[in-house]
Amino acid sequence: MVILSTVSMYLIPVLLFVILATAIYKKVPAYETFVDGAKDGFQLAIGIIPPLVAMLVAISIFRASGALDFILAGIAPLLAMVGVPPDIVPLAIMRPLSGTGALGIMSDLIAVHGPDSLIGRMASTMQGSTDTTLYVITVYFGAVGIKKIGDALKVGLLADVCGLLAAIFFVVLVFGSM
Amino acid sequence: MINWIWMTMLIIGLIFAVINNRMDEVNAAIFEGAEQAVTLSFGLISVLVFWLGMMKIAQEGGLLKALSKFLAPVIGKLFPEVPRDHPAMGYILSNMTANFFGLGNAATPMGIKAMEQLKVLNGGKDEASRSMITFLAINTASITLIPTTVIAIRMTYDSQNPGEIIGTTIAATIVGATSAILIDRYFHWRRTRRKKVR
Repeated sequence: MVILSTVSMYLIPVLLFVILATAIYKKVPAYETFVDGAKDGFQLAIGIIPPLVAMLVAISIFRASGALDFILAGIAPLLAMVGVPPDIVPLAIMRPLSGTGALGIMSDLIAVHGPDSLIGRMASTMQGSTDTTLYVITVYFGAVGIKKIGDALKVGLLADVCGLLAAIFFVVLVFGSM
Repeated sequence: MINWIWMTMLIIGLIFAVINNRMDEVNAAIFEGAEQAVTLSFGLISVLVFWLGMMKIAQEGGLLKALSKFLAPVIGKLFPEVPRDHPAMGYILSNMTANFFGLGNAATPMGIKAMEQLKVLNGGKDEASRSMITFLAINTASITLIPTTVIAIRMTYDSQNPGEIIGTTIAATIVGATSAILIDRYFHWRRTRRKKVR
């Protein structure tokens, strides 16, 4: 594990060094090229604002109105039958929708149950093993102006279900039964 | 599709706000959501500007092309419609590498660049191509080695062993990513079959 974190720490500096080394080798005017390429960054970030505002406002309203809690209350017993502890359900639902929302729920679960409890480990694994599908779609497609997203959302959400169930399965497998 | 999801969330949310008498909370949520979105986007400016600048040097120096050539035999199978030496391949690979090492900040600009190139390959249409959906599926499953944020939170709450969840996280990530690829393949197969019938 120490090796892994060391690799992560050195990765960016090494990458920068390699990029600059090839620039020298290929006689690319690095500074001018950097400035030229970096120009797009601002435009891209600004372009993400409208879709992101639309999505995050909708999710905020959905949460604040109690609609999410209502759906959770309906789904929790069903999931409990397949062996999903009810405490973890809100996180599983929130994870694909809102990254900060999920982070909030995860911190709360860890604070209440303890980081080394089964629920705490499950929450940690869930949070780390998948990304916020709705955010990824909004940012990536919003930035380049894709309007017809095809099957992207279905594929992303179904994959999330598999990933989240796998998280529960592996935690139970490794850290013992409930 | 995204249009329907958006409208459904808003309308159901507003109806529930009336039923639950939560107008105050909903009013606050509107501005909190909007502010959060702008904060997120502004936070992206710094990393986008820096990494797009560096990636431009990498592109001009031929580094992206070299990287694509090296790893293309593996990743190329996932993206059969992307020519091996196309810049899109280089960006896709950089994005996956950055995600793999938990460098989300560096991964996003490269992912957006990859999308841009995939859009060019798709004739600039506002429609998601097959490769775009595959790329997105892999990204939402986020193949990560070290979940840094999670470990940090576990440390804050005095975990005996904050890193103990790395193994289960990697296992779950692999299942998630594999299912993403398989589900993506299934939907692609369904789309092409439908076209043939017509």
